[in-house]
Amino acid sequence: MKRERSYRTEAIIIRRSDFGEADRLLTLLTRDYGKLRAIAKGARKPQSRKTGHVELFMRSQFMLAKGRNLDIVTQVELIEPHRVLSADLVRATYAAYVVELLDSFTPEEERQVAIYELLRDTLGRLDTSDNVRLVARYFELRLLSLVGYQPQLFYCVVSGEPIEQADQYISPEEGGLIAAAHLSPAIRARQVSAGAVKVLRFLQTRAWDTVAHLQLRDDLHRELEMVMHYYIQYLLEKGVKSAEFLYRLRRETISLTQNQPLSNDSPNML
Amino acid sequence: MSNVLPKPVLRLINEFGRLPGIGPKTASRLTFYLLRGNDAGLAADLSAALAELSENTQYCTACHNITEQNPCEVCSDTERDQQVICVVEEPLDVVAIERSRMFGGVYHVLHGALSPVEGIGPDDLKIGELIGRVQQGDFREVILATNATLEGDTTASYLQMRLADTAVRVTRLARGLPVGGDIEYTDEVTLGRALEGRRELK
Repeated sequence: MKRERSYRTEAIIIRRSDFGEADRLLTLLTRDYGKLRAIAKGARKPQSRKTGHVELFMRSQFMLAKGRNLDIVTQVELIEPHRVLSADLVRATYAAYVVELLDSFTPEEERQVAIYELLRDTLGRLDTSDNVRLVARYFELRLLSLVGYQPQLFYCVVSGEPIEQADQYISPEEGGLIAAAHLSPAIRARQVSAGAVKVLRFLQTRAWDTVAHLQLRDDLHRELEMVMHYYIQYLLEKGVKSAEFLYRLRRETISLTQNQPLSNDSPNML
Repeated sequence: MSNVLPKPVLRLINEFGRLPGIGPKTASRLTFYLLRGNDAGLAADLSAALAELSENTQYCTACHNITEQNPCEVCSDTERDQQVICVVEEPLDVVAIERSRMFGGVYHVLHGALSPVEGIGPDDLKIGELIGRVQQGDFREVILATNATLEGDTTASYLQMRLADTAVRVTRLARGLPVGGDIEYTDEVTLGRALEGRRELK
């Protein structure tokens, strides 16, 4: 959509950095114009009218003016602050992960309402759900589908035959599951258990309301995370910074708080 | 430009250019201002100040603030309440809090805040030092005065978790309307907190 000189849109703040004396440079995922960058002048001063409305991960209504290089925030009003998320290190780390993936997979200034809605819903879930790992896995599979990398989980990508109920291999290079019988040494792939395949299919095909109540064993959660991180890192051809931060947080805090969960309300969340 | 100017001039331009917010044009303008010597002794004063900056400053081993002496003036001041500790992100935050003249305790400078986005973890900050200090020392209260940003809030909640098994009281700075603030333009989070923390007028 072409932008007028001055335009209004709903947006989520996916990145922000300091700029000049008291300004903030924001990367916004807007509902109507895709991803774009804008300057919020004076937003670091407490007295600014914008300050409390342009914090990371917030969803706000923006009035923007087209600038020569960067657009300028003229008015902004908060819609959804994500209060829980922004005060909890684990939830904030997952939010950072979600936003980093989205940023890596989407081009600038391309309107994709489905992706916007996915991010909006995912941040909302990270704010309220106690199963943040499941929220992240659901997001990954949905995002891959929306940007054209949906993994094939029902048919072997080499032979085209239906996948049996057994341990399989998954290859980001080939775009999905490969039956053990059809795997050749030339294909880069990773083993994935029958149980994990079942969960991945469930996440890929069902709505969140159905998925939300899924209770998984801890080791299955770990496997799903490893499989998805492996798949995504291959596609991006680089490491995901916030995923590495998550691993590190686990190492550092688990060694410190052996008998004390990181988050009081949701013990196994990390 | 590079072959026309003498080496010392070029060198200073380059060094200025390494400072944040200074581009090549500003760097050469500053250099030539010093070179022309309109302000007698400025260049000499500046170089003396720079030398002193790197020679005579260190970090206080107790609070990790920048100081001339170790332990710093605040930490060694017996007039101050050594049982109340105020945790801040940066040394400049200490200056800001001192300006309020409402705090008479000691400080702890973290040198940053936790940030999943920037990849700043607990081990990159003076968090272990703070926990050790609180566990070993005789403290009544820890005031968490990190910024009211996402990073500051996550850092505060992380510290609260880490300090939960000590007997010390952990508090967080209040949040509310800034002086000169207009209710109409205040975000709902701030306004909600302002309502929560309202005071009876006496």
